[in-house]
Amino acid sequence: MSIELILLAVNINLVAFSTFLGDIVGQVYALLVLTVAAAEAAIGLAILVAYFRNRGSIAVEDIDLLKG
Amino acid sequence: MILHAIFFYLFAGVCIASAVMVIAARNPVHSVLFLILAFVNAAGLFVLIGAEFLAMILIVVYVGAVAVLFLFVVMMLDVDFAELRQGFLAYLPIGALVGVVLLAELITLVFAWAIGPSELQAITAPIPPASHVSNTEALGLVLYTRYVYFFQAAGVILLVAMVGAIVLTLKP
Repeated sequence: MSIELILLAVNINLVAFSTFLGDIVGQVYALLVLTVAAAEAAIGLAILVAYFRNRGSIAVEDIDLLKG
Repeated sequence: MILHAIFFYLFAGVCIASAVMVIAARNPVHSVLFLILAFVNAAGLFVLIGAEFLAMILIVVYVGAVAVLFLFVVMMLDVDFAELRQGFLAYLPIGALVGVVLLAELITLVFAWAIGPSELQAITAPIPPASHVSNTEALGLVLYTRYVYFFQAAGVILLVAMVGAIVLTLKP
């Protein structure tokens, strides 16, 4: 959710400068950022669900399976 | 004009306050709801600034799909986020440091930067006047001609994300 907030801030910045400079490419780029944010949210949540199903916990401290 | 300013400060203030509440709320469901509020207010800001298409996309895609997805997953996992949040204050000094550095950079930029003639010449696709074509039409005219490959790449990204999410969550 914090990543979504960060990307929202990026979008506001892009659109504000796009209007300020009178260049619509900023809005095109904001659209692409929006796409990537949506894809990233879907993948991240899918990983979370798969991990929770396997381990029963999503605490970051518990994720040390590769430690050996 | 004064109404414009009032709405700007209303949307901006509520947006920032709800963004703070997203990371400060104890209940994760509350933080998702505050995230929705932040997105709605950002859409209001976009409307004010003249980017109506992006505002509507923000409402439809984020409030309609992504936020509901978050809500669904948060409710399904049913994790005690209070214990995940322990040690939150330990990261406060370094977070505050990063924030102060970013703020200092922004303030420097605001006072030192002005639009020169070279920036105005670098504009690739100027925004047509709103009385001529709507924002959606102007965006489409650029997106489907000059940036058609980027548009296709965005479609491929969404396809890969969809296939990946299905593969990850499919029960064998």
